Amino acid sequence: MNRIPPALGHLIPTTLAFFTPQSGGSPNANSIDSLYKVVLYVALVIFVLVEAALAYALWRFRARKGAVAAQIRGNTRLEIGWTLGAAVILLALAILTFVKLGSIQDPVNSGPEGANLTSDSGAPLYASADRKLPPNGKSLEIKVVGRQFVWEYVYPGANEPDGLGAPYSYEQMVVPTDTTVTLDIVSADVVHSWWIPQLGGKFQAVPGYHNYTWFKIEKPGVYRGQCALICGRGHARMIASVKAVPPAQFEAWLANQKQLIAEANAAAQASRAKLKGQIGAGQVENP
Amino acid sequence: MATYAAPVPQIVTSRAEPQSRRWTSWITTTDHKRIGIMYMVTTFVFFLLGGTEALMIRLQLGLPENTLVSPQIYNQLFTMHGTTMVFLFVVPMMAGLANYFLPLMIGARDMAYPRLNALSYWLLLAGGLVFYASIFWNPPEAGWTSYVPLSNATFSPGGGQDAWIYLVHLTGLSSILGAINFYATVANMRARGMSWGRLPLFIWAILTYSILIIVAMPVIAGAVTMLLTDRHFGTHFFDPNNGGSAILWQHLFWFFGHPEVYIMVLPGFGIVSEILPVFARKPIFGYKAIAASTVAIAFLGFLTWAHHMFTAPIPLAVVVFVAMSSFLIAVPTGVKIFNWIATLWEGTVEFKTPLLYCAGFISLFLIGGISGVFLAVFPVDWQVNETYFVVAHIHFVLMGGAVFTIFAAIYYWFPKMSGRMLSESLGKLSFWLMFVGFLGTFLIQHVLGLDGMPRRIYEYPNIGNWALYNLISTVGSFVLAAGILVTIVNVVRSLKHGAIAGPDPWKANTLEWFTTSPPPANNFDVIPVVRSAEPMKDIRREIERRTSGVPAPGVATVPAGATQVGV
Repeated sequence: MNRIPPALGHLIPTTLAFFTPQSGGSPNANSIDSLYKVVLYVALVIFVLVEAALAYALWRFRARKGAVAAQIRGNTRLEIGWTLGAAVILLALAILTFVKLGSIQDPVNSGPEGANLTSDSGAPLYASADRKLPPNGKSLEIKVVGRQFVWEYVYPGANEPDGLGAPYSYEQMVVPTDTTVTLDIVSADVVHSWWIPQLGGKFQAVPGYHNYTWFKIEKPGVYRGQCALICGRGHARMIASVKAVPPAQFEAWLANQKQLIAEANAAAQASRAKLKGQIGAGQVENP
Repeated sequence: MATYAAPVPQIVTSRAEPQSRRWTSWITTTDHKRIGIMYMVTTFVFFLLGGTEALMIRLQLGLPENTLVSPQIYNQLFTMHGTTMVFLFVVPMMAGLANYFLPLMIGARDMAYPRLNALSYWLLLAGGLVFYASIFWNPPEAGWTSYVPLSNATFSPGGGQDAWIYLVHLTGLSSILGAINFYATVANMRARGMSWGRLPLFIWAILTYSILIIVAMPVIAGAVTMLLTDRHFGTHFFDPNNGGSAILWQHLFWFFGHPEVYIMVLPGFGIVSEILPVFARKPIFGYKAIAASTVAIAFLGFLTWAHHMFTAPIPLAVVVFVAMSSFLIAVPTGVKIFNWIATLWEGTVEFKTPLLYCAGFISLFLIGGISGVFLAVFPVDWQVNETYFVVAHIHFVLMGGAVFTIFAAIYYWFPKMSGRMLSESLGKLSFWLMFVGFLGTFLIQHVLGLDGMPRRIYEYPNIGNWALYNLISTVGSFVLAAGILVTIVNVVRSLKHGAIAGPDPWKANTLEWFTTSPPPANNFDVIPVVRSAEPMKDIRREIERRTSGVPAPGVATVPAGATQVGV
């Protein structure tokens, strides 16, 4: 047999996945994964060498008849050597971290198949000075609001300057594929932590603060995650998911969502007016 | 039953008054040895309570979508477990060991402030009782980290959160008073000739532990006081709606919380540095490097706190600073591991139970140290922080690290405290159950975290291999518990039936073995002059020379250079 059987070929990535974080949804998650793998290989070598040295020392130098312990108190050269050795390895890992940091932290441009990120007036949908944007300044910005015990997502498209009328959804975020999505993470009550493992690292939602991250999804699909920081009794049920759909489908979904919200608001206004009339007519007691 | 060769030297303590045996004497005592035993027994009881909470957590997580406990009770369980293990077990257990052995190892007759020492113990007990009284009302449920706003009066109205605050105050005060006492004792009451370069490495570790406590504990005391006034007196230190900051709590908590990790493991490093040379029959390799790396770890430990906050909204400059200091702290930690292995190298290693626990400690702590480097690489931390990867990491450091060294200390020093040996066969059984059970419980949790399971969730859906991995972890935790139980049986059995130990059963290096087992109230009639870092070796050699190799049991032998010091 001079080729790997299909079953074994499948096994290799699975075994590696056993030891590595989730990735595959977004470039930043993939960059974290490749950085992690380098650390893993270095760590495995050190782990095997040190555990082997320990096991060898215990077995080789076990007490036997006639054996005499060498009365050695130290070896300055050896000690300086391994101190410097450890420092050099850690310095290399630190440098690697900073080399990789850009590809993890800085958003990339949307792809050609991505959503059209301009408003009717032709201006970019979002621009902000205190957070990172893609090089061309265009991204779909979604506000992520953590609250006990549900995630709320507010999409661009407000009718009024103060943000009213913007479409929103709960628990599941819908985004267009091939489009850079930047997230503005906030909290309405306690500290939560936003995390979809396949789309990159987690970031705390802290009341009074803004936290930012981004992702860009190539493949349509649903990516699962959940709140990662204890936020109360419903913490385990605070599920989050991101559904990536082609841009046209996203536009349709967003328009529909906006209409549904407008209808619901109108219905609420009508029933409020009706209730007010009933209170005025004495049919309902004023609470 | 194993018999031990007649030990030399034999001490007759003619001047000691017999200790009172009445139970009230335990309340009024200021004897550091009795206080040490009270510390150890009390903290071990809390260890069993915290362990029971851990087993209940593992039972709940053994199956997906399990309904054994409610979310409320689950949150209370992990809050009690974490708080108990940190504040009521590891830190005060180290204080207990130091209480008993610090004066003996430096050739002192008691601590510098014996009554303050008793107060430290009673404050600890009071803290534990206040905290555990909350189980009859509302136990706290915001986690041992008690992040605001979850722990404020709006989201945690129950009194359990206040019980947690009083626990931190009372045990913190206990630790600070104890630390001042340890420092004053070491600074002033060492035997003649015991210069800083001849101080046992366990004492170096306790000295550093004391400094860490004195610097870090007031910070958490201030933070919990601010939380208390926020909760009850209308201040808004941590309230984002009124000009306060939720991040401030995280900074203050971890400025204490990270040094706290070293407060828990540094004494363990000291214990290992005492035990390895005794059972390898070889001096410690690189005494100065180990003492220096202890101090270096303590210093750097104050610069790394924000690595617990890599996912919080903090500036990149802070992230970079603490990432670099976290890489840096791995260097002195690695140096210690190399020095310990070098101590075994070319020795004659006797596989007694204390040595087994130390070897187990090195192999497990190495894994905890390496996973710590993963966490210092902050983009990787963004993925694995707040998951079971971190749960595995802290348990490799605190259980594989601190708890295994505590068990090494129990097996090593029980003969001195009780006068009797622990059973070697039960000890080895206990070690292997604990070692295998520990790996079964925590190794797989790294994978759970990488697969996306956050910590502190009371239930999880049956996705991927989560159910299988959790089941493995739960089975492992019960093997681990069985191992701990074997040691308890061993201790209870050996108190009555263990072989008589004599003063120096291990032929050890430090001064606590230069007195009877258990030591008399005044510890030593005669305090020898110390000529090296291994005074007992010198004394044994001198006695051998004087008696031409024939030990004379039962005779008061005053070794060369011993000076009569007033009792």
